[in-house]
Amino acid sequence: MCDNDHRRWNHLKKILERSSPFCHPDFEPGTGILEFLQNSCKLLVVGAGGLGCELLKDLAMMGFGDVHVIDMDTIDLSNLNRQFLFRRKDVNSSKAEVAAKFINERVPTCRVTPHHCKIQDKSEDFYRNFHFVVCGLDSVVARRWINGMLISLLSYDDNQQLDNSTVIPLIDGGTEGFKGNVRVIIPGITPCIDCTLDLFPPQVTYPLCTIASTPRLPEHCIEYVKLIQWPKENPFDSNIDTDDPVHISWIYEKSLERADEFGINGVNYRLVQGVIKNIIPAVASTNAVIAAACVTEAFKVATSCCPLLNNYAVFNNADGIYTYTYEAERKSDCITCSPRKAKYLDIDDTNMRLEKIIEILCEHQQYQMKNPALTIELDGKRKTLYMPNVPSIELKTRPNLKMTLEQLGIADGCKLLVADITNPRAFEIILKIKNNCVSME
Amino acid sequence: MAVPSPKSPEQSERSRKYDRQLRLWGDQGQQDLETAHVCLINATALGTEILKSLVLPGIGAFTIIDNEVITEEDIGSNFFLTADRIGEKRGSIASQLLCELNPDTRGHFIDECLLKLLDLNPGLFNTFNIVVTTSLHEKEIIDLSHKLWTYNIPLLVCQSYGFFGSMRLQLAEHTMIKTHPDNQNPDLRLDCPFQKLKAHFDTYDLEALDLTNHLHVPYLIILYKHLEKWRNDIGDVNVLPETYKQKQVIRENIKNSIRKHENGTLHHEENFEEAIRSVNFAYNRTSLSENIQLILKDEKLMNLTSNSQPFWIMARALKDFVDNEGCGRLPVRGTLPDMTADTFKYISLQQLYHEQAAKDAEAVYNRVQQLLQNVNLPDDTITEQDIKIFCKHASELCVIRGTRIADEYERKGNADNEISQSLEDPDSLIEHYIILRGIERFYSEYYTYPGEIDEQVEPDIPKLKLCISKLLSEWGCMSSTKEDYIHEYCRYGKSELHSVSSFIGGCVSHEIIKIITRQYKPVNNSFVFNAINCSTESFTL
Ligand SMILES: [Zn+2]
Repeated sequence: MCDNDHRRWNHLKKILERSSPFCHPDFEPGTGILEFLQNSCKLLVVGAGGLGCELLKDLAMMGFGDVHVIDMDTIDLSNLNRQFLFRRKDVNSSKAEVAAKFINERVPTCRVTPHHCKIQDKSEDFYRNFHFVVCGLDSVVARRWINGMLISLLSYDDNQQLDNSTVIPLIDGGTEGFKGNVRVIIPGITPCIDCTLDLFPPQVTYPLCTIASTPRLPEHCIEYVKLIQWPKENPFDSNIDTDDPVHISWIYEKSLERADEFGINGVNYRLVQGVIKNIIPAVASTNAVIAAACVTEAFKVATSCCPLLNNYAVFNNADGIYTYTYEAERKSDCITCSPRKAKYLDIDDTNMRLEKIIEILCEHQQYQMKNPALTIELDGKRKTLYMPNVPSIELKTRPNLKMTLEQLGIADGCKLLVADITNPRAFEIILKIKNNCVSME
Repeated sequence: MAVPSPKSPEQSERSRKYDRQLRLWGDQGQQDLETAHVCLINATALGTEILKSLVLPGIGAFTIIDNEVITEEDIGSNFFLTADRIGEKRGSIASQLLCELNPDTRGHFIDECLLKLLDLNPGLFNTFNIVVTTSLHEKEIIDLSHKLWTYNIPLLVCQSYGFFGSMRLQLAEHTMIKTHPDNQNPDLRLDCPFQKLKAHFDTYDLEALDLTNHLHVPYLIILYKHLEKWRNDIGDVNVLPETYKQKQVIRENIKNSIRKHENGTLHHEENFEEAIRSVNFAYNRTSLSENIQLILKDEKLMNLTSNSQPFWIMARALKDFVDNEGCGRLPVRGTLPDMTADTFKYISLQQLYHEQAAKDAEAVYNRVQQLLQNVNLPDDTITEQDIKIFCKHASELCVIRGTRIADEYERKGNADNEISQSLEDPDSLIEHYIILRGIERFYSEYYTYPGEIDEQVEPDIPKLKLCISKLLSEWGCMSSTKEDYIHEYCRYGKSELHSVSSFIGGCVSHEIIKIITRQYKPVNNSFVFNAINCSTESFTL
């Protein structure tokens, strides 16, 4: 380190080179810790959006020297009110690449490596590389996938003892308007994302009959145009492109017509966009707060200078400023982090159709899947029941959806192999069928 | 096919860029922000982080007052300074780099010492909407606090120190209309239906409806009918169900009125289920909250003059409305929650509330016009639209009257209750507020910070301790602070951690936005952040 660099870090050095009554027991003050942050510690930031930009800045300023960032998105004009590493001229460029370039120029002690791709495009070997991961995503599915990936990297010895060298901590932040949360996850040791799935609020949906025949709210009119009128009239020979202003304008006008017809007030362009794109309000200040809390925890993970957040904090500054921290609990039957426990699904009887099973997996509090593929083992042979992601197989397996379990030869105790975008690994669920008499005969 | 013209407001670049925040504070809030001018004293890491989250959402202008030059240490904590500018003016470079974030914001810089400015050009501070400071010394805080108090300009004094930070807000008076309460009860008026609503309720005969219509009656009507029935049963036409037992009787009655299939099982009537769930809050008596009663009693609205703010003129008109045509109640809010119903039944009901709200607002408007005339203000001082918004949010109005920060520094021998009481609580963060005050005192005495150089950490511990106990005894407090914490603060030696500053910076920015837009309630009036366990606390000093 040159002299300038040395003085640059005077703020951090006081924390890292002096002891204190509040240190973690493992903490040994000295110059080695800053060396580690600058030269050896390697970490991954998932998402280069509102939280991601803040995370990269905070990490670089807290002495981290080797940071990777992954994001598949490109920059949109509506990002500029908070994603401060981007400018007007950067619209349509890769978020990860522009963010990395900005940090590398502004903070020469930090090298950010961008990955402009989906998280699913990277292998286990990529994720295994990092000391820890910081997540700043707006998607529950992606968050669950990263969580599943880090848990799948854990290895246990013959006595089922966790090999600590395979543990990659995950620090996760999320925001919505003036609310946010931060959590520290030590995979295999503290609760994971899937242990606490009930913390995510359910999505607002409107009953189809209301939308179709008794609309009362402007949202009902917009949903009608989206779900019924668009497929029927197919105005542009394509699916809705939520980024195409011509499409949004069409929906806006048709929603307005429908609202007028029913005497409903309140349809405006902003609301139409909000409903169609499922927009979550966002401000710079909340992102700053939540990212800062994440990076403070990252700094503690890397340096042991202080005890970690244990293990969940919520923040809200709509009325005054409010924070609340608590210890979320691990679920002994978590579908992701308790691998040695068999998972079960209770089913009423074998007259149930396969599509109902899929619906249950999507709505089940514990599973909350998005679009699962199902395989089953029958007489030692694998049989694909339904595979939604490969069009040719989807077509071939679609008739199975309307068949009952009995018709498919599925009985109590059968092992269902389930793969879904919420998890990088497929896993087994054992069906427990109450009324099994039909197939017993 | 008609495509909206690109000039329509929804399509403008500005509304696209700010879309995600316009959904929170609306076009009016954005306009307030875009015409505001904020002053930052000291472009520390905390200072630039505060400005960052104001420039991004589009604040009109900022002015940085700072007479320091950039050091190597600054580069290690402040993202808006760069190594190639070491030795140059800190405020100037920070202002340049912050302006890059948003071409809509104008940035200014004054290279001058604060005390000198207060002495030579105090009127400057009257040109800002709000002043925010970081890393000030005791004397600067006291002088600035006095000056801004007389100008009635809000002041925020902020600090980031090791793993801790604080913010203290000084506001002489702050009035808010849209406070965006989290769980607000709907304004239904079942206990006192206005004439047209009562007439509308009377057009319904639930038992005579065919099944389809029965399935689509809004729960409000079901509740009203069952209130009438229950009152009839007990022979008192004015009573409201208040106890659990009374409400349970009505719930049972509603349940029994659900239509049955021929085989005796119940139809699935969503609207009746909604009615049962709403019994608990929907029969609340329409009345004024304590908070609103206090506002309507405020002396500010009793003695209006041509200098009175619009808020107080409108509040006076509101009071007169409540005392006269309102019969003790606020104007009807005019919004109806969604409920299972067919379109026609719901919309007609919604319309009635909407019309009554407009009628009430007009009555308030007429009173405002009269009041404006009485104090010789032009008619258009307050518009009809202003009144509509005021009436719609009448139940959530809020007034905060703060205290002067300088009083805290100059108070002698007068035990502060909040401080003494909070010190009794071992988990309270107020201790850190006191230690941070002790550190300011330390600087006033020694012109250095405790533990600023390595060799001084140990010897500074007893010195800081002494400063703090002197402070506490000046306030007449018997308590003391924990030795461990004093050691911890000496370890920090005035180090500023970027992630701690960024956290407090985000909090402070939003408080500034709340004050500028007069939406959402700000912290009243002090706030401490502890990054060791990620906790915060607010208290009123
Ligand atoms: Zn788990």
